[in-house]
Amino acid sequence: MYNLSTWDWETGKKLIADTGKWKDSFDWVEEPYVSPDGERIAAVVKTGEMEYSVCENNTPWESTFDKVWYLKFGPDNRLTALVSDTGVWTVAVDGAAWGNTFDFVWNTKFGPDGKNITVAVQKDMEYFAVTNDIPWETRFSALSNLTISHDGSRVAGVVPTIAIKQGDIFQFQEGCYSVAVDGKPWDVNFVNVWDLAFSHDGEHVAAEVRTSLYDYTIAVDGVLWDKIYTSVWMPQFSPSNGSVTAPVRIAGKWTLVQDGKSFWDRSFAQLWHHMYSPDGKKIAAVVASKYGRWTIAVNGIPWSLTFGDLVTDAVFSPDGNRVACIGKEGGKWTIAVDGKVWGAKYDMVWQPVFSPDSEKVAAKVERNGQYTIIVNGKPFKESYKALGEPVFSPDSAKILIKGIQEDSAGEKYFRQVVPVTEIIG
Amino acid sequence: MAEPAMKQSDETGEIFDKGIDKGLARLTPEKIEQVINKVLSAETGARLKTYVNTCVHCGLCSEACHYYLSHDNDPKFSPAGKVKQTIWEILKKKGKVDHKFLKKAAEIAYTECNLCRRCAMYCPFGIDIAYLISVMRRICHMLGVTPLYMQDTAHSHSATLNQMWVKEDEWIDSLFWQEEEAQDEMPDLRIPIEKEGAEIFYSVIAPEPKFRAQLIYQAAVIFNVAGVDFTMPATPGWDNSDQCMFSGDYEMMGRLKKAHFETAMRLKVKRIVMGECGHAFRSVYDVGNRWLAWKMPPIPVTHAVEFYYELLKQGKIKITKKYDKPVTLQDPCNISRGRGLHEKARYVVNALCEEFIDMQPNREHNYCCCAGGGVINTGPPYKMKRIDGNRVKAEQLFAAKARGAKVVIAPCHNCHGGIEDINHHYGLDMELHFLGDIIYKIMEKPA
Repeated sequence: MYNLSTWDWETGKKLIADTGKWKDSFDWVEEPYVSPDGERIAAVVKTGEMEYSVCENNTPWESTFDKVWYLKFGPDNRLTALVSDTGVWTVAVDGAAWGNTFDFVWNTKFGPDGKNITVAVQKDMEYFAVTNDIPWETRFSALSNLTISHDGSRVAGVVPTIAIKQGDIFQFQEGCYSVAVDGKPWDVNFVNVWDLAFSHDGEHVAAEVRTSLYDYTIAVDGVLWDKIYTSVWMPQFSPSNGSVTAPVRIAGKWTLVQDGKSFWDRSFAQLWHHMYSPDGKKIAAVVASKYGRWTIAVNGIPWSLTFGDLVTDAVFSPDGNRVACIGKEGGKWTIAVDGKVWGAKYDMVWQPVFSPDSEKVAAKVERNGQYTIIVNGKPFKESYKALGEPVFSPDSAKILIKGIQEDSAGEKYFRQVVPVTEIIG
Repeated sequence: MAEPAMKQSDETGEIFDKGIDKGLARLTPEKIEQVINKVLSAETGARLKTYVNTCVHCGLCSEACHYYLSHDNDPKFSPAGKVKQTIWEILKKKGKVDHKFLKKAAEIAYTECNLCRRCAMYCPFGIDIAYLISVMRRICHMLGVTPLYMQDTAHSHSATLNQMWVKEDEWIDSLFWQEEEAQDEMPDLRIPIEKEGAEIFYSVIAPEPKFRAQLIYQAAVIFNVAGVDFTMPATPGWDNSDQCMFSGDYEMMGRLKKAHFETAMRLKVKRIVMGECGHAFRSVYDVGNRWLAWKMPPIPVTHAVEFYYELLKQGKIKITKKYDKPVTLQDPCNISRGRGLHEKARYVVNALCEEFIDMQPNREHNYCCCAGGGVINTGPPYKMKRIDGNRVKAEQLFAAKARGAKVVIAPCHNCHGGIEDINHHYGLDMELHFLGDIIYKIMEKPA
């Protein structure tokens, strides 16, 4: 969740960095990353023999490391990297390393305002999560499916709670895994636990679990639904009433159930990635309405439009009345909004973005190695060698385009604010 | 795992497998009948009926099977014979079968058939006997009667989404390690991790970071020299392998393939290029994707053989001097019968090697390595059975050796494992390589 009102929304094109020249300054320059507000561009660079740093807006960090990876800007535009110095790992935020060090660090996650930064770490073969340099007190023999609450303040993960003997399949089938929330494991074990979801108030966690090799269900705060299924996918909490919904497989077909009870009145060849509208009144999901044909179902009703290859990256509009997604047919990618497909096809498209007023949809697209932004199906006139995600202004009238263009003088990174009317007319 | 499951066999030759034996001990006759009939009624239909009703018991499939040929034409090992001892009996008795029957049926399904589909080509009606044996495996999975080693691998898949219990940090660290090693040879070499928008997601099977890390090194050198825009993920979903497909845990198979393809979607790659593995190709290209309702892979998948073909054909890798030892080629079932890559494999071999001596039979008619279909994953209790069950592969290789071949190229991990054991047991004394080993050895690299 970006603080859009603090960003510069003055129309125009601003040169931020002469990225082409970075290659003259450093032997090694990795692919660049752009901050959400577009004011900063950064890349991992090599500054000496076995010495790496981050170059940001033409200036390298003062700190150097023997390895830098997973460069990520948070929603508050701070830049994080996972860094190793003399063989020990930590997180660097805007060049300043955390005080704690670990044997390995990965999977950086941010809260919506960027204040909370969480990573998975391993130290002395023990695994735990660390938020803002504060580690969990409890350690585990493994940690996966790291998940943060909607406000970023709480962290959950899947952990083994019993030492698993190598090759002991019967012990495994008795259940050795649980969910740790802020380092505290549930007092119940499962054969497997996979994707986790926090409630919107951060007080509850739902998990997809397997209680035997054959019985799948959802556990909420460690308590199992009283129904079992032949498979389940990731659960979600309703933002409005706290109920939990999940796609489940019954008699070879998939449907959506709520708190272990029937919910959607129809089933599909596949159903996954369901999501709630911001007000919680609607649910959309990616479904295969029949074998090999993919679409979006809203409140259980599928669009008539289908795609043969895939549907992914669905998103609700802020007012909850519209849904956009990526569709692929015959190897070509496009965007569909409210059951209607955009005409143009691309080599790749990125997740569509709604304007705050829910009227417009933008997406980054690629064709023949060139990138541009499409708004409501219409392409912006300029193309780019690399491009960040588009962001609409708070009044929905402008769009922020963050792109690298190349001319005879080399590559340059520009921050552009363009009136939407310039694209859609 | 390095240790056998338990005492492997008694004086009668009966093999003990804790996974199967302890699993059986938990079953009542009622449970057996109920589970079998549930699988048959809920999960099979016209396909099973058509195959069962169409088979005229002609036995023409027999000559197709390496187990049958390796056991001096013993009809027990013929494909139809194996179906007779498993699914036919189950159908005839309407699921009322006993523990002794099930033990034998599990052993046949998991360790006497590689699901290689060679027999389907010899059947006058094209009956896919591998499907029938897979139904038997599915029943065994649902009954909890699976070989211990294979089941442990399936558990690893479920807990880590890879088949070798590789933890998330270990995977990433392995990539760093191989990148660093390779930089001693090529200082600018990079294994790009999590590079969104790369052209290719290079996916491997878990034995690569665990035991055969040099293959990641070699692939990185090949890709860097060829200027391939690739990436490898830092998340689960990197492993394309799938022993759950072979154990009969299809729900887990679906979960694995979902993770794999969604990793590709998240990374915004145009396609997945996978290493030299046959069974993983079957799972990604044919079985796993379809269980999830994708008719074809949602992101195109290119096997390493086809990718090497592209790189050589397009001149992206050049050869300094052809490999001078005479070679023969193992056509992996899942990419020759399963995908028709045998001619491209020959193009690659001929482009790399001075002298290529084809095995007989070859291409889609080649014999299975006897390790595929999950058979090698049943582990030490069945190792000798597997080796005895492919004497014809040894004979086939001896014949190629007699014609001059000194090296076997096997572009598949399972083929590698199977042929390695045959090589040692039968005293073939041939070298065994992946295509990547040879490309890496003879390709032009920056000075």
